[in-house]
Amino acid sequence: MSDSSPSSSAQVERQQMLVDIAGVGFGPAMGGFLTALSRSLLNADGTPRLDSAVAPGLPLQVICYERADGLGFGISGAVTRARGIRASFPGGDLTQIPMATPVTEEKLVYLLDPVGASRRSLALRVADRAIRTLGPIARLNNHAVELPFTPKFMRKHDGMIFSLGQFNQWVSDQIASSGLAQLWPGMPVAEALIDENAVTGLRLADQGVGLDGAPSGGFLPGMDVHAALTVVADGPVGAVGRHIDAHFGMPEGNRQCEWALGMKMVVELRQDSGLEAGTVLHTLGFPEPEVFGFLYVHPDRLASVGIFIPSWFRSPVRTAYRYLQYFMLHPYLWQHLQGGILKSWGAKSLQESGRHGEPFLAGNGYARIGEGSGSTNVLAGSGVDEAWTTGVQLAEAVIELLEHKKPFTRENLEQAYVGRRRASWVDIESKIAADSRNGFRQGVVTGLIGMAVAGLTRGRISPAAPSQHSCVRTAALEQIYGSRISPAELKQLQEECAGRGEALHDRIMERCGWPEIPFDGRLMISHQDALLMGGSVQAPPGYANHVVFVRPELCRECEPKLCVEMCSGQAIMHGEDGVPAFDREKCVYCGACLWNCRASTDGTNGNVEFRAGAGGLHSTLN
Amino acid sequence: MNTYHVVVCAGIVPDPLQTLEPITTVSGPALKNEMMLPAVLDPWAGHALYEAANLAAHAPGSKIWLVSAAPKAKLQQVMMNVAQKASFELVPVDAQASGFSDAHAVAGVLSAAIESIPGLDRSRLLLFGGWESASRGAGVTMQLVGEQMGILDQFQGVDQLTIQPDGSLEILERVEGGHHMVSMCQGPPALLGWATGNLPEPRNNPQIGMANMRTVMPALQKAKATALPHDVVRYLSVTPPKQQRQTRIVKDRPADEIAAELMEWISRD
Repeated sequence: MSDSSPSSSAQVERQQMLVDIAGVGFGPAMGGFLTALSRSLLNADGTPRLDSAVAPGLPLQVICYERADGLGFGISGAVTRARGIRASFPGGDLTQIPMATPVTEEKLVYLLDPVGASRRSLALRVADRAIRTLGPIARLNNHAVELPFTPKFMRKHDGMIFSLGQFNQWVSDQIASSGLAQLWPGMPVAEALIDENAVTGLRLADQGVGLDGAPSGGFLPGMDVHAALTVVADGPVGAVGRHIDAHFGMPEGNRQCEWALGMKMVVELRQDSGLEAGTVLHTLGFPEPEVFGFLYVHPDRLASVGIFIPSWFRSPVRTAYRYLQYFMLHPYLWQHLQGGILKSWGAKSLQESGRHGEPFLAGNGYARIGEGSGSTNVLAGSGVDEAWTTGVQLAEAVIELLEHKKPFTRENLEQAYVGRRRASWVDIESKIAADSRNGFRQGVVTGLIGMAVAGLTRGRISPAAPSQHSCVRTAALEQIYGSRISPAELKQLQEECAGRGEALHDRIMERCGWPEIPFDGRLMISHQDALLMGGSVQAPPGYANHVVFVRPELCRECEPKLCVEMCSGQAIMHGEDGVPAFDREKCVYCGACLWNCRASTDGTNGNVEFRAGAGGLHSTLN
Repeated sequence: MNTYHVVVCAGIVPDPLQTLEPITTVSGPALKNEMMLPAVLDPWAGHALYEAANLAAHAPGSKIWLVSAAPKAKLQQVMMNVAQKASFELVPVDAQASGFSDAHAVAGVLSAAIESIPGLDRSRLLLFGGWESASRGAGVTMQLVGEQMGILDQFQGVDQLTIQPDGSLEILERVEGGHHMVSMCQGPPALLGWATGNLPEPRNNPQIGMANMRTVMPALQKAKATALPHDVVRYLSVTPPKQQRQTRIVKDRPADEIAAELMEWISRD
């Protein structure tokens, strides 16, 4: 099954391995794919239903590599209608999955600003004043208004609350115990193997190298895994998906330019928190109008609470962590969260371009599934179930092609996989959602109205806007804070923070009236403590830095440095020579540096390369 | 060239970087949500495995068995990582062997599993394990396994094993004051409870993983559920280690300064 041969692209001897199907990235999409596929690999008598081409007489040889050191690393809200997931487990009881529970109550809540530091537009300030004046008539309670209904397009009333980490763990256990697919965590994939117009497999990351990638002690070149079909499910910032995009390009008119950073904590609630399992809260309005929040209550007094910082948030002073703390401290939420204990923490980038960010879903020898394939429904705010379903659709297509002994060509995959996807609810609903968020580029109120109109008209009426790279829409510091802080003081603050190697956001926020965080050592803790108490950040030795600043001279000229401001783990800080310094021991692999980079090399791509690397944050409670 | 049959006893423990909270259940003390927490191979036993792999690499023809008593589902998760690091054959025992299990009972289960390994040659047997355990520092399980198997040559706190040209074993055991005691042993069978050793964690090698999994998954599927008695030991109370967290990120600072500050910080309590 394996031998050694020299690589043509790199002058090192690499191990070679042949499998039938090679996958990269284990999340909901790969879970759906392998769950559906593994059920079809054997006949009832245990003989192979689909013969392996590389190991005759054996079942299909299927292997999947995952960067994280465990398969339950996933980070997500996650509340989902679970239509696709339920269909995969007919009659199954999904509440058997740890931390899973049906949705019992759902509220959409508008949060007013109890601090007075939030950057609110005139329209919002007028609305807030009117609400405060009306008080109980406007259902004002704890500086918040529970809206009388949740729009149908957002509702998850028949759905499930999951811990994505536990869900992935549960799914992976079942796949692994079937013995029909091999799952290998702790094994990053560097890139796709591309031979002219076909993907022929995966190249694993080199081990035993220095931070710069140069071979050092115990050098082990990454193995080349050759496969008839490569399944790409490495998410929105995955190295393989982006390598394929760079090689084959994107479909005409499609770009991945809408993003968000999601950051969450899992909190153990106090006994009398007043929150019941199954409760779902969606919030808007605070800590900044552009920041959306959520709180989902799991069984056993656990709650997921988090926020999203969208790429259209124009402030260059971005800190998901501190905003998350202010969000939790909002009186409407704090009445429930006070006295709670942090159990877990995490962050991830969300690809929010939806259908407009869809890459080529299939090509010769490869197929794309999950979030990186543009499956997220940006109107419903739903991605897990959609990702799972695209995986199932690909599995069905693969089985069909193998049964008919058809090769994995672009044409065959488009007919069997893309055709299934286009005919399914995933695609139909993604069309409705496609332009629903365009209005946010003109402001929050416009965006909310646009979303509502698109949702209520099922996409027939949606705001239109040209697609732009996210960094283009980030305003200058003076433009955002000029009315509160003089240009001279802003410059002074920037210089002071750069001199100390610190991010700018804390100083700016304090200067704008945001109060100190009341640290309690249990739930309100420092950012660095969140890394230590919210899971384990793994950075196994022997791998190269996965965040690379391509042209240092561009970084030196870039101010303020959004990569520093937005870094979820404070892994990117100001470097001594004006180039950001990266510390992989603190990186949680959220990938925010990739899409927040303002130092563009070509007007489209930033100056940050986010390569394959091992480790990241690991907490199965997320 | 001597060849060895190396049996590594290795439990699994919740990832020590997770927040652990003891609770009392009907069957005694336990860790809250233990089945939900990510697990790792007990770090002490992990070192033993890496030493075994190193020994086998220098003694071609040797074979390694990894004997583990743990919940099957969690063991499967751990194997996905560990199986990439060293070639071995897994001998799983499906048991709730947490740190609160009675060490004598666990040793009985482990020794029975070892005795049942087909083809195991006692004259070439080196029994490896952790000197301590990250689940509970009783440090007696390996000793009890050895006693139950009648292995008289036992060494604890081992940092180094060197095979001499005549086949005898030179063993460095940790003693007080940061020193090592050098012992000579005529040869197998012998039991070595490893401290940290001197070897780095092996790289993940996908081909080793592929080869291991051909035997690991069938072994897990056939693993017999074994109930450990939970009424042998009565715990009056269970308290997690006292924690006081004061985080500061400092780089490129001399080790002496860091040590001095740590000493000052610790001595405050």
